[in-house]
Amino acid sequence: MTAVVPERPVGGRLIDQFEYGLDAPICLTWELTYACNLACVHCLSSSGRRDPRELSTAEAEAVIDELQRMQVFYVNVGGGEPTVRPDFWHLLDYAIGHQVGVKFSTNGVKLDRARAEQLAATDYVDVQISLDGATAEVNDRVRGAGSFATATRALENLAEAGMRDFKVSVVVTRENAGQLDAFKALTDRYGAQLRITRLRPSGRGADVWDQLHPTAAQQRELYDWLLANGEGVLTGDSFFHLSPFGEALPGLNLCGAGRVVCLIDPVGDVYACPFAIHENFLAGNVRDEGGFQRVWQQSALFAELRTPQTGGACTRCAHFDACRGGCMAAKFFTGLPLDGPDPECVQGYGETALAARDAALVTPRSHLDHSHAGPVRGQPTLLGMPGIPAKSCDESPLAGLDLRSGVR
Amino acid sequence: MAISAAEGVAFDPDAPWRLARSVALRPEPFGALVYSFSTRKLSFLKSKVLVDVVQALADHPSASAAVAACGVGEGQRATYVKALADLARSQMIEERTSVPPTTRTLAAGPCTEAE
Ligand code: SF4
Ligand code: SF4
Repeated sequence: MTAVVPERPVGGRLIDQFEYGLDAPICLTWELTYACNLACVHCLSSSGRRDPRELSTAEAEAVIDELQRMQVFYVNVGGGEPTVRPDFWHLLDYAIGHQVGVKFSTNGVKLDRARAEQLAATDYVDVQISLDGATAEVNDRVRGAGSFATATRALENLAEAGMRDFKVSVVVTRENAGQLDAFKALTDRYGAQLRITRLRPSGRGADVWDQLHPTAAQQRELYDWLLANGEGVLTGDSFFHLSPFGEALPGLNLCGAGRVVCLIDPVGDVYACPFAIHENFLAGNVRDEGGFQRVWQQSALFAELRTPQTGGACTRCAHFDACRGGCMAAKFFTGLPLDGPDPECVQGYGETALAARDAALVTPRSHLDHSHAGPVRGQPTLLGMPGIPAKSCDESPLAGLDLRSGVR
Repeated sequence: MAISAAEGVAFDPDAPWRLARSVALRPEPFGALVYSFSTRKLSFLKSKVLVDVVQALADHPSASAAVAACGVGEGQRATYVKALADLARSQMIEERTSVPPTTRTLAAGPCTEAE
């Protein structure tokens, strides 16, 4: 291997182009704060307490100006709970006024009738409410007592305000995998759209992944359910590791980290993916000279991630084209090699690899943890430990995209 | 000849077209991305010539004329007309009803006039 950056091919498939990265991200997640009123057990960013270094209003506006210049068409805003930032509604208006559309994820805590009406009257805003159980019993065990009621009240307010196309965002777990039809029914009831994504061992998710990630049998059922119901359900294309079961799921089947996906965290640090908050995937900070654009276009880390994979066990797998080895973050935080199989590899190689890990292996931990230090009201009961809302990025380059246009 | 499409948007290559006013086009090494702020859909223009064609639409009396002006040969014409029909169906381009603009404003970025 040489250090020479490989040449981008001319023409060819879109997936090959995406592997080499784009001039600006397609799926940019921006977490506005580490503060959150909840303490979900699987929070991917270990949120809870605000970080004193979080971007000021002026700094956040400067980031939006830059996104406008780079023509980043929309951002996926999350946290923490983004709406607890006092300037959240101002930043929302500021972004829209600067041609940067906003899709934000919330646990619903601030979505009263008045806010719901405001949102319904605003163009270019998408809202998704996080819910991890179709019943209070299943949801509140991971998201905390009262969180189901909060979320469904927000859904009611949005529906009553006449908001269209809002989403209910579900992380599929061992405990809710049997509720997919119930989630669909619940979502339909509010005239909303269902979005389901994959649980990753990121943030506090690492602490509960063994216990909560769907079983092999559930993965198979999930795949069949997606084939049968895929049309009306959004997934962020996050289940591409299931494609080797048979027919490929819609999407590009490519990990977009650093290529078309990235995260700006509340203190302005830029990571390859919202599920990869770890020093190894930290590319720079928006406060550095040259700002976000320089980080995106010139960081050494992102250049490396834009190099197509040529070695490793997966390249020899018959399904490599269908799954490309799966999710980088899932491998990293379970201590598996990045060029080997996903821990949930449908061929079972992931389980074998997990079992073969050195007993002394310490899985990588993020250097950041903003979890509430003490007990939180309505604390989740799953483990009797702290947590926040899992939010969501369209993890895949192609999530929800129309691939039909264009000349091949 | 009009190509009718699923959602009822017929594409007439002899009519004048333009990038839809709610659509932004971002050049990329492989071509361009187009994003519609009204449908919130992203699409890809997978060749630089197609990008040229889309950007030239507003300057020509018809889509066919824009295709010809970008140096697309007879043999390739149908492919480009098909691509434009797809873009019309997904509301990325729209029929121009007003007087053509005198300057090319297309690559300037997202327009705030939603449809
Ligand atoms: S596959 Fe995993 S690491 Fe890659 S973009 Fe998706 S969530 Fe991030
Ligand atoms: S071995 Fe790798 S490429 Fe093959 S199915 Fe498993 S994760 Fe996917």
